Amino acid sequence: MTAIEMQPPRLILGPVAWLRKNLFSTWYNVLLTLLALGLLYALLRPAVQWSLTEARWGVISANLTLFMVGQYPRDQLWRVWLSIYLLGALLGLSWGIWKHAARGFALIALGAGLAFAVIGLLLNSNVWINWLLSVGILLGFYALGRILPARGRSILTLAWLLYFPLVILLIAGSRFIPFLSPVPTNIWGGLLLTLMITIIANVVSLPLGILLALGRRSKLPVVRYFSIGYIELMRGVPLVTVLFMAYLLVPLFLPLGVRPPDAVIRAIVGFILFEAAYQAENVRGGLQAVGRGQYEAAQALGLSGPLTMSFIILPQALRAVIPAIFNSFISLFKDTSLVAIIGLFDILRVGRSVLAQSEWLGTHREVFLFAFFIYWGFNLAFTYGSRRMEEALGVGKR
Amino acid sequence: MSLPPFLRNVRVLQLLAQILFVLLLALAAGFLYANVTTNLARQGLTVGYDFITNPASFDIGESYISYEASDSYGRALLVGLVNTLVVSALGIILTTVVGVIAGIARLSSNWLISRIAAAYVGVIRNTPLIIQLAFWYFGIILKLPPVREAVALPGSIFLTQRGMYLPGFEPTPAFNFWRIYIWIALASLAIIWFMLRLIQNRSELPLPLWAYLAYIVVPILILWVGFVTQPEPPLKANLPVLTGLNFRGGLRLTPEFAALLFGLVVYTGAFIAEVVRAGIQAVSRGQVEAARSLGFTGAQALHLIIFPQALRVIIPPLTSQYLNLAKNSSLAIAIGYPDLFSIAGTVINQTGATIEVIVIMMLSYLSMSLFTSLLMNIYNSRMRLVER
Repeated sequence: MTAIEMQPPRLILGPVAWLRKNLFSTWYNVLLTLLALGLLYALLRPAVQWSLTEARWGVISANLTLFMVGQYPRDQLWRVWLSIYLLGALLGLSWGIWKHAARGFALIALGAGLAFAVIGLLLNSNVWINWLLSVGILLGFYALGRILPARGRSILTLAWLLYFPLVILLIAGSRFIPFLSPVPTNIWGGLLLTLMITIIANVVSLPLGILLALGRRSKLPVVRYFSIGYIELMRGVPLVTVLFMAYLLVPLFLPLGVRPPDAVIRAIVGFILFEAAYQAENVRGGLQAVGRGQYEAAQALGLSGPLTMSFIILPQALRAVIPAIFNSFISLFKDTSLVAIIGLFDILRVGRSVLAQSEWLGTHREVFLFAFFIYWGFNLAFTYGSRRMEEALGVGKR
Repeated sequence: MSLPPFLRNVRVLQLLAQILFVLLLALAAGFLYANVTTNLARQGLTVGYDFITNPASFDIGESYISYEASDSYGRALLVGLVNTLVVSALGIILTTVVGVIAGIARLSSNWLISRIAAAYVGVIRNTPLIIQLAFWYFGIILKLPPVREAVALPGSIFLTQRGMYLPGFEPTPAFNFWRIYIWIALASLAIIWFMLRLIQNRSELPLPLWAYLAYIVVPILILWVGFVTQPEPPLKANLPVLTGLNFRGGLRLTPEFAALLFGLVVYTGAFIAEVVRAGIQAVSRGQVEAARSLGFTGAQALHLIIFPQALRVIIPPLTSQYLNLAKNSSLAIAIGYPDLFSIAGTVINQTGATIEVIVIMMLSYLSMSLFTSLLMNIYNSRMRLVER
């Protein structure tokens, strides 16, 4: 006897039936729908009218480079482009080799690159060539990744690990490399500054957070109470106060004769101190998710405490907290906007300086909406990419 | 080589490790302390709280306690703390309302409503608060028309670039006689609560929903007696009226306060909406179905079955959102509302007492956070006891 497999018939609603079911099912739903429509009309009509007629969007296109990189020397911009090309190459390669896991990020990058190229063309700027080139690089490396033997996988991981230090070196420069003259951090600005702070603070705070999480679960009371005290202190005060503290106190804490670092470095120190406490709580969640059996099995196999931790427990714990780490990346990215308060030239502060130009007085809405959209677009893209990656890796399911 | 036996004892090793840790910490602290003292000595500064009684000699835009420029720095910091507390307390109340409405709206069967709520949550959660604040303040409130062309909303609310004018209330001469009625009305609420509990404990069935109407009907009856016996109502509306170049009367919110409160409420509300939605969705469908098959009405099921269970999931993350709101109020500095952080910055600039003021500021925020989480933990444990 064979079972007859039959899908239930698909429910297909006509447009009228759909409207009736989703918008006008009961008398109060009718009321709510009409109210919502009225509200939308009242809010959107003036907004659309303003953005099409009154708004002076020229303030954005005229200062786009300033918003993106601040005062970064214009003749050194090739370093920023090089970082983007490298990112494109790595994304393409990952897409080709890791397939589904990296596809979300790669597709987003592809779409964004094409969109920026079109915007560049519309604004009559030369950047469209650069964007088209990065898209080409991404696609080229995708093709390369497809034909590369499986051995390439481990190299790819290594390349990603090397990418971030390399970008920091590229952007910051060094006295010892001939083509890379140092660019002092105090002239970094705009989106570039935001991204650099986010990346550095995240990369450094994760190991610190792991140490703090282990300390919080330690059997040694002194270590445990120190970790708890630090974590709760940092979580109990606003980020702004930590940044402010780092800004004012780092010079005081350094020994005599050491030149105090400039504001960007101090801000990064503040972010690391703050973010480490939050990362510690993320990692602690992951550690708690690893079952007792894992510890016992490792012990039965004769592994010592540190070996158990680094080869059995932490890999599983960190895998479980990938979504949480992605989330704190996004929230740190948003939080970098606070550096404007201690005087760094991030997007917000660049916006304020643009508003001070006599030509663009009173364009507050345009400037802040633009900043708003940068953050929103970036976070949306990042969320999409990371969700696709989590789905493909089955994070939290296996 | 063999170690002496006491070094193979785990407890001795643990003790040694802790002593080592403390020593390292002490070394680091000593190094930093030495650096700070030499650096401060070089700048000719001393650490101490003497400055706190010196006159502050700067003005503060708005304050809920009396303050003049001749008051001390301590008083100025207190003004900042009170300003922070006022905006946080109001913000927490309003954002709970916004968040719960948005959270329920996201689960609405009405497509349009749930889409609007989803868009609100998605956009607000993904952008920095400081940019939202700057937008509300510089882009919206300061672009409102001047006082003479104020936007008038129904209910005597006026929006102008100099702030928001709301109707206020002031006591009439009869207010003193009214106190007794107000107290009786409040006491009646407590009595009703007690009675309803008593009845509930005796009966197997849940109370019908109309029993809860007593909370509204009885106080209104008592107040009605008041209106009959007293010559005039206790409060009289104090409406803002445009006289000459400015509004007179009513309640005025400064543009800074209005922008900060609005920004905080909108921002935190989006996060609370997610918390509420997750809490309601955490209650399994079976619970609703079981309640319905036991004969509960939809409203009863929501009130007696779903809400108590959802609340248990909602309270811990809700607490951290409240704390976030209080901490985020420190972004007030971006739009010039004189909160604790912004006044502390001014005090540091004037006195150079960096470390002392930072300690005061951090301790204030920390005790605010700890106090709020203490309250919420008490509430949370009570909810749990009721549950099991």
